[in-house]
Amino acid sequence: MDYNLLWFVVVGVLFSGYAVLDGFDLGVGTLILGIQDDTERRLFYNAIGPVWDGNEVWLVTGGGALFAAFPAVYGTVFSGFYLAFILLLFALIFRAVAIEFRSKEPWAWWRRWWDRGFFAGSTSAAMLIGVAMGNIVWGVPLDAKGEFAGTFLGLLHPYALLMGVTTVALFMMHGSIYLHLKTEGTLQARVRSWINPLIITFIICYSLTTLATLLYVPRMTLVLREQPALFAVVVLLVLAIANLPREIHRGRDWAAFLSSCVAMLLLMALFGLGMFPNMVYALPEPAHSLTIYNASSSVTTLKIMTLIAAIGVPIVLTYTVTVYYIFHGKVKLGKDSY
Amino acid sequence: MNVETLSRIQFAFTVAFHYIFPPLTIGLGLLLVMMEGMWMATRDPLYHNMARFWTKMFGLIFGLGVATGIVLEFEFGTNWATYSRFVGDIFGSALAAEGIFAFFLESGFLAILLFGWDKVGPRLHFFATCMVALGAHFSAVWIIVANSWQQTPAGSHLEIAGKAVAPGHVFEAADLWHSRMVIDDFWGVVFNPSSMDRLGHTLVAAWLAGAFLVVSVAAYYLLRRRHVGFATASLKFGLVLAMVGSLLSLVTGHDSAAGVAANQPSKLAAMEGLWQTTAQAPLHPFGWVDSANQRTLGPAVPAALSLLVSGSAAHRVTGLDDIAPELRPPLQATFQFFHLMVVIGFSLIGLSLWGSWLWWRGKFADPGAPATAWFLRLAVPSVLLPQLANQAGWFTAEIGRQPWIVWGYLRTSEGLSAVVKANQVLASLVGFGLIYLLLFALFLFLLNRKIQHGPEPLEESDALPANWIKQSRA
Repeated sequence: MDYNLLWFVVVGVLFSGYAVLDGFDLGVGTLILGIQDDTERRLFYNAIGPVWDGNEVWLVTGGGALFAAFPAVYGTVFSGFYLAFILLLFALIFRAVAIEFRSKEPWAWWRRWWDRGFFAGSTSAAMLIGVAMGNIVWGVPLDAKGEFAGTFLGLLHPYALLMGVTTVALFMMHGSIYLHLKTEGTLQARVRSWINPLIITFIICYSLTTLATLLYVPRMTLVLREQPALFAVVVLLVLAIANLPREIHRGRDWAAFLSSCVAMLLLMALFGLGMFPNMVYALPEPAHSLTIYNASSSVTTLKIMTLIAAIGVPIVLTYTVTVYYIFHGKVKLGKDSY
Repeated sequence: MNVETLSRIQFAFTVAFHYIFPPLTIGLGLLLVMMEGMWMATRDPLYHNMARFWTKMFGLIFGLGVATGIVLEFEFGTNWATYSRFVGDIFGSALAAEGIFAFFLESGFLAILLFGWDKVGPRLHFFATCMVALGAHFSAVWIIVANSWQQTPAGSHLEIAGKAVAPGHVFEAADLWHSRMVIDDFWGVVFNPSSMDRLGHTLVAAWLAGAFLVVSVAAYYLLRRRHVGFATASLKFGLVLAMVGSLLSLVTGHDSAAGVAANQPSKLAAMEGLWQTTAQAPLHPFGWVDSANQRTLGPAVPAALSLLVSGSAAHRVTGLDDIAPELRPPLQATFQFFHLMVVIGFSLIGLSLWGSWLWWRGKFADPGAPATAWFLRLAVPSVLLPQLANQAGWFTAEIGRQPWIVWGYLRTSEGLSAVVKANQVLASLVGFGLIYLLLFALFLFLLNRKIQHGPEPLEESDALPANWIKQSRA
């Protein structure tokens, strides 16, 4: 394995970590308007309260790793998707301050508006992340220098929008399973009643996306045809999703949440396998694509970064797990709560 | 306005707004360690009460820092794509290291700091507080390393289409897209000529931001005779850090300026408005740069600049006459921001000394005594001074770096995103303007509410988490 491949995997792992972790708190944001009672809404906020900003650090670090390991991809995608990323930033800012500010004042109108902000910010962030991924899968207009040659409206084609909706559905499903783990009593029963419809919604969206991918972007499946053993990923993915209602039914909330996390990791793995070795697939001329080789930093930088990651990542994982452990169990409101 | 101007305004605006918050969390983080450490040592519930109150303030400030910080990480790519490709080899690794070593540390332990009072014991909580403060300091380390490398590149070389090129090369526009800096020596990048001086100066300036926030709020309470015991103790903690920080900022500021003289002569000439290269170079304590007549108006202390940057009056300091006009930074702005920072720096030393003297003479016992009341009245708005100085310092550093974005290699005008249009940047700039205005108003509103609400009443049974009481009484 060369360093370029290693960093393709590391960047993929960081963004997967982001999807799995921030995925559930973005999903909670979309679900917040599904309940009306203020105490119950506060329980939702506090279910993600201690962890949401740590979750967002995965995005920041993933972005940093992309910048460091594949600067050409970082530059092309972020400048090419300019307005989309600016909107994503606005969405992330809004939801962050909504979480922070909402429960600081008791007024009903204040809380109602921040709840709407939290919903809008979370949902549009999920949507925009999905649209960006949809465009990466679909292929992006690039010129010979690897610069974006399309327009903002051109990014909003049906396939990308479908991927956006699918991402919102995925995060809602993931969020509801997380909430089921963190809530109890009538609120938990309420959340449980959402889970199956959300799973079904996701399956519908994902089936459509998969069908569209098979029909219109067949190169994403080439790797599975060449390496049939990798079809195991698809099988596991289907099993992980099918396992969700089963674990919920048995009352094994942790197993359900882990199953949902595994499903998301497998989705990201399929995305990575389909893209490899491209990072941005160029349209109309595939020869202009940015690959893990022509878009990377020098090998020296990749080696240094490998050392930094080898030291840093185990430490990060240790205290991430510690923090999740300290705050495990059902969420309770106290005087330090949001 | 063209896309370059708009992108520069947007970056300056978003980074300046963001930079209100991190210095506060760095300084306040250190104070939280001191307060909670005092509680660990003495078990006096007063200190615990202080730690709780200031932790709440910390949480609010930190939230704004996170929300506005993520913008910057994206903005290198969105608005400065050519720059990003050019420096990714070096700048990107520093940003990634910041994420791995600093942000995860901060955000992970912040959860325990803010929400863990009832979940963990006092030792682990104190440890979490220390880690949050450490994480805040680490985040400064990596971003300062990255920025200092832009100021004084080292440990790297330029390549065009994979071939090494000497510095000072003037780019053909056609070459830009396949030119980049390549790392040779990681430690050479980290310990580039300016990074350690600038890191020290930035950190102590950040301590001042936190220290004077505490001083200001405490002084406000004392003037109103509210929470007197709490406020007096907070004031003392703030003053200790203010005293240490303001004196150290003088030392580190001096080192930084000497470094600028050695490494970035055009920036120093602009900071001081020095037109002629000369020994016995004069220093203007304040003044006005008269570019039309190539002179600087205002009083001048003979030879002081030579003395300060080298220790010898005979030292020749490079003036603007030795810098080609197109390589000079904007002169008036660099000069005025620099002088504003220096003036504030000295006033902060004065305020710290005054406060310490009052403390030493036991004057805080009677906040109504005229000398004490005057100090307190000045201390209330003093929270703005380090904020202004921090901003002015960064404006000096970044405006003084112009026209370069990477000193001696890449110009700011060359670093833009090729595909982003002026109307797009205008739209995002307006968006940031509106959102940040709203955020700032809400931040001030909530901060004021917290200050007005004040600390919880000091009753041990109420102030300490239930699971800590047995341990603290034992």
